Amino acid sequence: MNVLKWFKAKISGPDFLLFVTVVLFVVMYIIGLIVYSGQGFGKMQTFMNMLIDNAALIIAAAGMTVVIITGGIDISVGSVVGLVCMMLAFMMEKMGMSAWTSIALVLVFGVVFGFVQGWLIAYLKIQPFIVTLAGMFFCRGLTAMISVEQIAILSNQTFLNMAKKNIYMPFGAVVNKRGIKLYPFIHPNVVIALAALLVIWYVLKYTKFGRSVFALGGNEQSAMLMGLNVRRTKLKAYMLNGFLASLAGFVFCLNTTSGFVEQARGFEMEAIASTVIGGTLLTGGVGTAIGSFFGVMIKAIIETYIRSNGTLSSWWNKIVLSALLCFFIVLQRVFAIIRSKRLK
Amino acid sequence: MKHNENTLVKRITGARLFLPLVALALVLIVNIIKTPTFFNISIQNGVLYGYIIDIINRSSELVILAVGMTLVIATGGIDISVGAVSALAAAVCIRLLGSSYDAYANPMFLCILAGLVAGILCGSFNGFLVAKMRIQAMVATLILFTAGRGIAQLISAREIGGKMVSGQIIYVRMESFKAIGGFLPKVVVPTPVFIAAAVVVLAYLILNRTALGMYIQTVGINSRAGRLVGINSTFIIFLCYAISGMMAALAGIISSSRIYSSDANNIGLNMELDAILAVALGGNNMAGGKFSLAGSVIGALTIQALTTSLYAMGVTADQLPVYKAVVVVIIVSIQSEELKGWIRMVRQQISAGKEAA
Repeated sequence: MNVLKWFKAKISGPDFLLFVTVVLFVVMYIIGLIVYSGQGFGKMQTFMNMLIDNAALIIAAAGMTVVIITGGIDISVGSVVGLVCMMLAFMMEKMGMSAWTSIALVLVFGVVFGFVQGWLIAYLKIQPFIVTLAGMFFCRGLTAMISVEQIAILSNQTFLNMAKKNIYMPFGAVVNKRGIKLYPFIHPNVVIALAALLVIWYVLKYTKFGRSVFALGGNEQSAMLMGLNVRRTKLKAYMLNGFLASLAGFVFCLNTTSGFVEQARGFEMEAIASTVIGGTLLTGGVGTAIGSFFGVMIKAIIETYIRSNGTLSSWWNKIVLSALLCFFIVLQRVFAIIRSKRLK
Repeated sequence: MKHNENTLVKRITGARLFLPLVALALVLIVNIIKTPTFFNISIQNGVLYGYIIDIINRSSELVILAVGMTLVIATGGIDISVGAVSALAAAVCIRLLGSSYDAYANPMFLCILAGLVAGILCGSFNGFLVAKMRIQAMVATLILFTAGRGIAQLISAREIGGKMVSGQIIYVRMESFKAIGGFLPKVVVPTPVFIAAAVVVLAYLILNRTALGMYIQTVGINSRAGRLVGINSTFIIFLCYAISGMMAALAGIISSSRIYSSDANNIGLNMELDAILAVALGGNNMAGGKFSLAGSVIGALTIQALTTSLYAMGVTADQLPVYKAVVVVIIVSIQSEELKGWIRMVRQQISAGKEAA
């Protein structure tokens, strides 16, 4: 009886979806260990590779979490990432600018872009999906305007060193055939991603702005009556997301070291899926940045499964992720219904 | 006297079709200045030929998509999966048709039906999520927006070396399939124009001769109130998404007939933005409620005219969305109640200042 009560309390609590996600992550990891042990799934480096490949997504999902908690959405992040990669490649390769100047410029661009979108949403009260849909196509088109051909970053050594530098872990060494100890490594992009994640987690949990974001998402009317500046909070949330999207673009570029038009297509959907899988409610007001991190890792495991399998084509990545997103939003809905019935 | 003028100007500018008609006229005027032969129509090779014909012909898919999108937006939703659903339906249709020179694998009628059914299924999936599960339309349709092309790629399989390989461009090699996106024998007007016209007329009749149109508007304005007066709003919303899916499938089949193949990467690419833009340009409220089918159709024509003119100016297909995105933002900003409020405030301040002086 007690267990049932505890379970019911968990279901109605806001942390339940996060709980489901963490359990799912652990279960999927164990399944991977059993099924794909032959393909080196259990190696520490495989796990590190998941982080390296998805560093950009971790940042974008953290930003998306903030926006979704306010009750909005941003589907422009994918094309912002693509545009930022192209801008970096163009500025460094064609204009010969230094790495740091280019990075600073794209980050400023992200904030400005976020400001424009946020202003339209918060001050003109246009629906977020229309504004960000327009933003998505705008950035994608702008990418094509900069260059239709792929630009690879080949000459900027500062940037390339940043991209390829290995940071070795002090644990989890594997001895290879020649008897050399190989320590698992990460690239600097993982450090940036995890730092961004921690900052967002802190901001959401312990700052006035974070509290306002939750209040606004829970009930905009009440937040306004409470004396919160709803518009400014929304604007700030979109600016923060714009900044994080461009940071994600920079980190993404560290992985690909090139810019082309089709880059990061569907990235927005991955960010939204990770956020939703991580227990952030699409209706706003509930969510954690850490949950989104686990959402990203679940996506990473699916990718690793499909890669380890070898026979499945890469389209399955998107299909499975979409199916998972679908499953989780339906799950959210079912829990919401259960909760409202309990309240009655 | 001045008062009267104001009301007349207001009546004209306030009319529902004012914005779409002005936009269309603007694009046409710019075009005729640039190319004086813009309105010339001639008959070449037994078919009509000219800029205008080209625009009307190419806008067919968009008109069809815009009809579905108008209904979806009228219920207060949005459907961004239409482009991907177009690709999916085209893939289903072409895969079933098979690619050989002498005969179809299945009757063409059946294949087109299968494509439409695929579209309706996709639309129903969206509709189920939005209407029954009450999930935001944006996110619900985002699922197919992303997965749709992947599924289309899986369907677009072709036998290569005794093994079915997916992700191929499947070609149709029979002449008779070309009629859907081309010309019927001895008819000078392109077939897609007929299809689009039929869709618009049919939709108009159904929406205006039955109560469906009013139901949709009721649901869009206040779905709770709609339910209280006895409208099954869940079903109405579901129906709108299913229709949108079917329209997307029809558009996809026409597109695939134009290129005699099923190209999962490019059929319906960026069409969702065009369709939404057509609806916005048509003077429809993006938050749902009242809608105007005629407005959306004019909007679709305007966008195709704009696209054709931009192509003529040397803008590539990849770059087009920049201009369109800016237009969308301008239109929804003009519609915004907040902006209207500000303008009113500024006007009052100016007139107050004049009186004071």
